[in-house]
Amino acid sequence: MTKAKDQPGLMTLKLIVWRQAGPDEPGRFETYLARNISGDHSFLEMLDVVNEDLIAQGIEPIEFDHDCREGICGACSQVINGIPHGGQSRTTVCQLHMRHFSDGDTIYIEPLRARAFPILKDLVVDRGTLDKIIQAGGYISVNTGAAPDGNSILISKEAADYALDAAECIGCGACVAACPNGAAMLFAGAKVSHLGVLPHGRPEAARRVVEMLDAMRDCGFGNCSNHFECQAACPKGIDVKFIATLNREYLKAMVHGLAARTVSDLGQPVED
Amino acid sequence: MPLDGKAPSGAIEDSWDRHRFELKLLNPEKKGRFRILVVGTGLAGASAAATLAELGYRVEIFCWQDSPRRAHSIAAQGGINAAKNYANDGDSVRRLFLDTIRGGDFRSREADVWRLAQLSNQIIDHCVAQGVPFARDYGGHLENRSFGGAQVSRTFYARGQTGQQLLLGAYSALSRQVAAGKVKVFPRTEILDLVLREGEAKGVTVRDLVTGEIRSHTGDAVVLCSGGYMNVYNLSTMARGAGVGAIWIAYKKGAYLANPCFTQIHPTCIPPTGEYQSKLTLMSESLRNDGRCWVPVKKGDSREPNMIPPEERDYFLERQYPSYGNLAPRDIASRAVKEQCDKGFGVGPEGRGVYLDFSRAISRLGVAVIQERYGNLFEMYEQITGEDAYKAPMRIYPAPHYSMGGLWVDYNLMSNIPGLFVLGEANFSVHGANRLGASALMQGLADGYFILPYTIAHYLAGTRPGALLANGPECADSIRNIQARVSALLGVNGKRSVGHFMRELGSIMWTHAGMTRSADSLKEALSQIRELRDEFWEDVRVPGKGDSLNSQLEAAGRASDFIEFAQLLCVDALHREESCGGHFRVEHQTPDGEALRDDENFCYSAAWEYTGKDAEPRLHKEPLIFKEAPLEGRSYR
Repeated sequence: MTKAKDQPGLMTLKLIVWRQAGPDEPGRFETYLARNISGDHSFLEMLDVVNEDLIAQGIEPIEFDHDCREGICGACSQVINGIPHGGQSRTTVCQLHMRHFSDGDTIYIEPLRARAFPILKDLVVDRGTLDKIIQAGGYISVNTGAAPDGNSILISKEAADYALDAAECIGCGACVAACPNGAAMLFAGAKVSHLGVLPHGRPEAARRVVEMLDAMRDCGFGNCSNHFECQAACPKGIDVKFIATLNREYLKAMVHGLAARTVSDLGQPVED
Repeated sequence: MPLDGKAPSGAIEDSWDRHRFELKLLNPEKKGRFRILVVGTGLAGASAAATLAELGYRVEIFCWQDSPRRAHSIAAQGGINAAKNYANDGDSVRRLFLDTIRGGDFRSREADVWRLAQLSNQIIDHCVAQGVPFARDYGGHLENRSFGGAQVSRTFYARGQTGQQLLLGAYSALSRQVAAGKVKVFPRTEILDLVLREGEAKGVTVRDLVTGEIRSHTGDAVVLCSGGYMNVYNLSTMARGAGVGAIWIAYKKGAYLANPCFTQIHPTCIPPTGEYQSKLTLMSESLRNDGRCWVPVKKGDSREPNMIPPEERDYFLERQYPSYGNLAPRDIASRAVKEQCDKGFGVGPEGRGVYLDFSRAISRLGVAVIQERYGNLFEMYEQITGEDAYKAPMRIYPAPHYSMGGLWVDYNLMSNIPGLFVLGEANFSVHGANRLGASALMQGLADGYFILPYTIAHYLAGTRPGALLANGPECADSIRNIQARVSALLGVNGKRSVGHFMRELGSIMWTHAGMTRSADSLKEALSQIRELRDEFWEDVRVPGKGDSLNSQLEAAGRASDFIEFAQLLCVDALHREESCGGHFRVEHQTPDGEALRDDENFCYSAAWEYTGKDAEPRLHKEPLIFKEAPLEGRSYR
């Protein structure tokens, strides 16, 4: 059970990993070796191997979020060599395979870093603020039982495709960590665009965008300054055009919706 | 005494309507006095919690993930069935009902299946209204596709990520109720005990996974929506965190666990590659619409697949099942694939795989159409294997995928413990011995949006709110027991990791209680599992402490539950001396190798009662009566 012997044809990698015992503890980098890694290992499977090794040595294993391991749940969330999810196009950490690395590589592994995502332990961060943004308005208000026949709401193929392109977001938070301002604009923009393009999403469109942006600001996220790092880091390839849509929706809400917003007592008019 | 599922008698067509009318109601003011505890935030849990809150109940909902949006429903790819008959190809509620009963190999309750088929249409309407971006045609109407086990096109879909879109719909409805102050979500919180008060389910004891705090939550009913148990095979298509824990604690508190041996092995998954592997990845069944399964006619043919001429390929599903072809149901397709590999016709490493070939569909429809239908699946395949399935066929192999068995529930989705409701994959449900594709999403949402909200009122109407006190003896006992269990896991301090024990368990289960089972193999499994259980409690090493985030501790709890549960699965499989659906006993097969049911002796659901550690569980039988779908042999040939 102690250190396995190095097998021919397999890789040995040097990992420099962020370790932090708790939210208020100081963090530091530790160095570990990953041995006997094949190209077919996923990045997380490689970490599993390292953790088994650490457990055998009596060292606490590296904590990281993961679940589905097929790129859809959005749980995994590491920064690899400075890039959230490691920089392979449209790929989450769990789908990043070790064939993209070479024997002897040094790999830096860190948690997502953003003001709105406090670190809980090692590579695990609290992304509850993304839920708060959705709670502020990322839905169409319809109670169970109230829906008309599905085909009574006609949606052009183009609109349905556009909506799904936006709705593919898995809520992993890579966009936030990649953004120099720690903004969740791609995340919020995707939801605003998905619901806003649907005919039955329009009645709440103005209120939705304003409330979601208010929540984003209150949660400690920054704003967009057009670096587009979010799109580059997004494992689902969500397009920055959805941020443009969000800005357009926001402007429309300001021009047309301010009065309505005050009347319906949704709070103070937004100043910025 | 036979177990009574309490299905309504009389004409099946309006059985649910009549039953609904007979259920007691609660006025809106009264609803606000009841608190419902929902465990799990997948399709069943999120839809139930949102709907209950809309109706005025106070709801607390728990998930161990960091957000309710990550529950494993999100990974469902292919689609959701409904009997809309938009395709005008002869579909109806009755046909969906019949397909589901037949697909399940006549081991489900007729009235429940009828209700599911009936509610399927409302689900689509509701999800559309929520903004779920289903595929549309150029006229703006909803699109359908075909799926295994059906000859009509009734599957609604959103590319290859239908589960994700439906879950995000339910999650958005849940989020709306959180904002309205009706629902409180507890993420990173794992349920470790069920608290009973005078025999009724009134609370849960949980562990806060970040701080390690163990505490009880009290309510007036508990709704378990904790998903399936296929990680008992260690490697499966399930998420890594999917455990049997919630089901298992309910069982140990007296809830019956039904048909645990009904497990589904999915035919089209990416073949395993090595020891270190942490999961098996599904390639949606919808791929079999355009993909054709084949193996080389010649054993050990090592040529590249594209170099093998058509006459040297065996399209075995089309040959064996001409009327359904590549769309044969999952259990049948899985066995056919495994049979080819066992005979030595398999391809890829260790011959574990068959080809799933899209070349005909690509040449007929063009790459763009295939890309639109399955783009994300092809992408996923390439990420994992490094191969381009547009150019060469995929290789696929069966993998554990879905559990039809689960906690026994009556027609009201209530277990034999009053106040304990079980929804979605966690209950033993409507899928009998084999689930048809695109039916799991349908069931989770039917249970949560449209069934539980009615039936729970009927139960609550006869109870007094707030019966269980947070500072009462029941909660204190429960907390003490859980603290002791956590200490016990941390205290073994052995040499082997949790991962080691799960790999061992998975290997025992796959080898002896997997796709094919025999009395001998199951007895062997039982003896090996017993040894493994002892070894676990002597030699497991759980590093770290209980008062902080400790995923090894969580995994150790899950492993311990799985090891115990695996025994019950084998006991059930051993007792069921027939083959049906996903349960294939080699002793019971037709001359051409198909499953051989024994309706005379086994036409019942087997509900097991816990009688104590190491004691034989007690069997209760719920007889299954088929009036609308007469019992018949199941043939897809």
